Amino acid sequence: MKRNRNVAISGIGQTKHRGHRPDVNQAELVWEAVQDALADARIDLKDIDCVVHGNMELFEGVHQPDMWHVLGSGAFGKSGIRVTTGGTSGATVAAAADHLVASGLYDTVLAIGFEKQEEGQTTTGITAMADPLWGREIQTGAITGTTGLMWVNEFGARAEWAAAKTRVKAAKNACKNPKAHLRIQITEQDVMNSRLLAFPLRLLHMCPESNGTCALIYASEEQARRYPRQPVWIKDHITTHREETFHRGPTARVESSVGGTHDNPAGITGLRAQLSTMEVAATTLFKRNGITNPLQQVDLFEMYDPSSWWEIDWTCLFLGLERETVLNMIEKGEFEIEGSFPINPSGGVVSTNPIGATALIRVAEAALQIRGDAGEHQVPKPVKTALASGFGGTLWTVLHLLVKEL
Amino acid sequence: MSDRVAIVAMAQTRFERKKGGERFQEMVWEVVKQVREQTGLDFHKPGQIDSAVTCSDDFFDSRTISDAPMGDLVGAHLGPEEKVAQDALQAVFYGWVGILSGHYDVSLVVAHCKESQASSRNLITHAAFDPLFSRGVGLDYLTAAALQARAYLHKFAIPAEQTAAAVVRDRRHAGLNPKAQEQRPVTVKEVLSSKPICDPLRELDIYPVSDGAVAMILAREKRAKELTKKPVWILGGGNCYDSYFLGDRNLADSYSLRQAAARAYQMAGIKNPRPDLDLAEISAQCSYQELLWLECLGLAEDGKAGKWIAARGTNFDGEFPVNTSGGALAGNPLLVSGMARAAECFLQLRGEAGKRQVKGAKRALAHGTTGPAGQHHCVMVFSNE
Repeated sequence: MKRNRNVAISGIGQTKHRGHRPDVNQAELVWEAVQDALADARIDLKDIDCVVHGNMELFEGVHQPDMWHVLGSGAFGKSGIRVTTGGTSGATVAAAADHLVASGLYDTVLAIGFEKQEEGQTTTGITAMADPLWGREIQTGAITGTTGLMWVNEFGARAEWAAAKTRVKAAKNACKNPKAHLRIQITEQDVMNSRLLAFPLRLLHMCPESNGTCALIYASEEQARRYPRQPVWIKDHITTHREETFHRGPTARVESSVGGTHDNPAGITGLRAQLSTMEVAATTLFKRNGITNPLQQVDLFEMYDPSSWWEIDWTCLFLGLERETVLNMIEKGEFEIEGSFPINPSGGVVSTNPIGATALIRVAEAALQIRGDAGEHQVPKPVKTALASGFGGTLWTVLHLLVKEL
Repeated sequence: MSDRVAIVAMAQTRFERKKGGERFQEMVWEVVKQVREQTGLDFHKPGQIDSAVTCSDDFFDSRTISDAPMGDLVGAHLGPEEKVAQDALQAVFYGWVGILSGHYDVSLVVAHCKESQASSRNLITHAAFDPLFSRGVGLDYLTAAALQARAYLHKFAIPAEQTAAAVVRDRRHAGLNPKAQEQRPVTVKEVLSSKPICDPLRELDIYPVSDGAVAMILAREKRAKELTKKPVWILGGGNCYDSYFLGDRNLADSYSLRQAAARAYQMAGIKNPRPDLDLAEISAQCSYQELLWLECLGLAEDGKAGKWIAARGTNFDGEFPVNTSGGALAGNPLLVSGMARAAECFLQLRGEAGKRQVKGAKRALAHGTTGPAGQHHCVMVFSNE
């Protein structure tokens, strides 16, 4: 992507994401992450020029919450903007912080993603996404078994085992991450025995509702080189949205397994054959950054995985891999922290999900891994290039590419 | 700083108390279609409209992710769309930032709001207050404004005739603007005898419930000159947050507006706003704000704006025209107001403002505000040179 000037992440902050935080109000929860980011960056609130805020306001039922949150965001007297795009909010906040610094208007920008989900009813909140005249009766939030069903139809129990193994991987990683919400010790059998939501999607496959905030400090190249922390550079990012309706064919690959075969998608006609935002975002981003083989040229991927079924499906879409290849790689443990291509070393969204913060936490984890500061969940291999994705709206994608050296 | 950025096209709906026959998507399409026609641009990438900034609000639309219904309308088919959930001048600001950053060349910015959909817009703005300390005392943006009105009017002992004069001026201007909602002129006496709503504010002191949408296309310098003969350049912009609790602020003044204005003026190279600008469009949700915001923008002396307005100094044919569009007091929904202000600047600077045209206007200021009693302000300065 063309840019007016280079931008880096100079500070990373998060709350310890938890299911219950009755001890703090919303502004206090924001302040915890802001404080953490400032301490990590070793700079002062007065160094911040501009604050970007994002969340999903119908989850807590607070209108224009950036107003109240000024008490915790430190935005008093500063410039600021609020951007929200649903689940992608955190990734859009990150993109906005990059825009704002790259524009030359601000040298140091604080990006904040927030959600305190226990203060509302998440499924009610998500159901209100659908059009009131059509769609709302059948809207069930992100709880859909369709993707899993495609896999089970094709691969049977092998796919169920792969999804369970992917969930167990997330749990193991989360146990190493003190910021993660669900730090549980589970086995594949526990996952496959957990409550059925919509076959083959089970409770343990799904992301939780969390309370938490993520705050990142973005700085211009000049400023970032002056700040104490090792900068993590923003190489590129891309936002790929699509239409309001879900049911115009979620992905070409999924449709092809219904209508025909992988090799012969000719049976698919018209709109049903459209590409997914994941494929478009990744191929465009890779092309303009000279990435021809992501498994070789990218060191890890922190993916927004609302359920383990989507993690395995989207691994195919983002990386351009066949399902068979991905199943093999899961079975060999290639996506584990010690594997050849770690995915979600943080524990992912199935472990931690304060929605407005969730996509920003992906960027935070990618940056932490590049810096080598992820502690127990640091991947052992050198990390120079990392991908972080956001998911939201009607299967929208925002994809960030971070690098250690420009 | 990178290239200059200009507004190359603009369209707005007629603002109406209730657009009962249209969904908000239809309002948006009405204006998006027009700016596409004005520029000949479509949504194919690259080379056409390459990004979109929308402005709406989950509460007012009663939709979680209120930009989800926008994707179809703004060309976000497998492309970028980002939503600003504040006053829409912030969306124009953000569209400008996206081009300055180098990321985009041509951006569509569109804002909509149907206040008529809510049984009470005060119920929505009530929810903007924290549930712990502020909601319990019944605050909403209207009651917050009434507290601010009291503080400001008391400080300078401003007679009600002066705030009423601002309503009279705005309504007179609205009568000359075919897109304005409340086009019937009113008198000072009518304002002062209108129904008391929230003391000291009366019905005509408060902006009416309104529905409408505005769209613009922003472009980098090279593209702007290809797309229109009359680009309206963005010279500068600034914004600022004030503190949250009303009791923590000096309500008789606005720290954040003074900061936002100073930032915009510095960037636009404006040393003395009154002689350096030719007109201003100000987002006032209540009549007293026409006075207070004007003073905080440095366009009138503290406590003296009311006298100036009453003496017709800010009429479209006066020494410094303010709100030639009719302003928000003639009817613009909460979120759209700041962009409707920028829309009027666009028309004035292109000499397309019809009967209310300010002769020889070269530089214009637009103002938008978000939050209770003007907690956040955004100021932008435009020029046709």
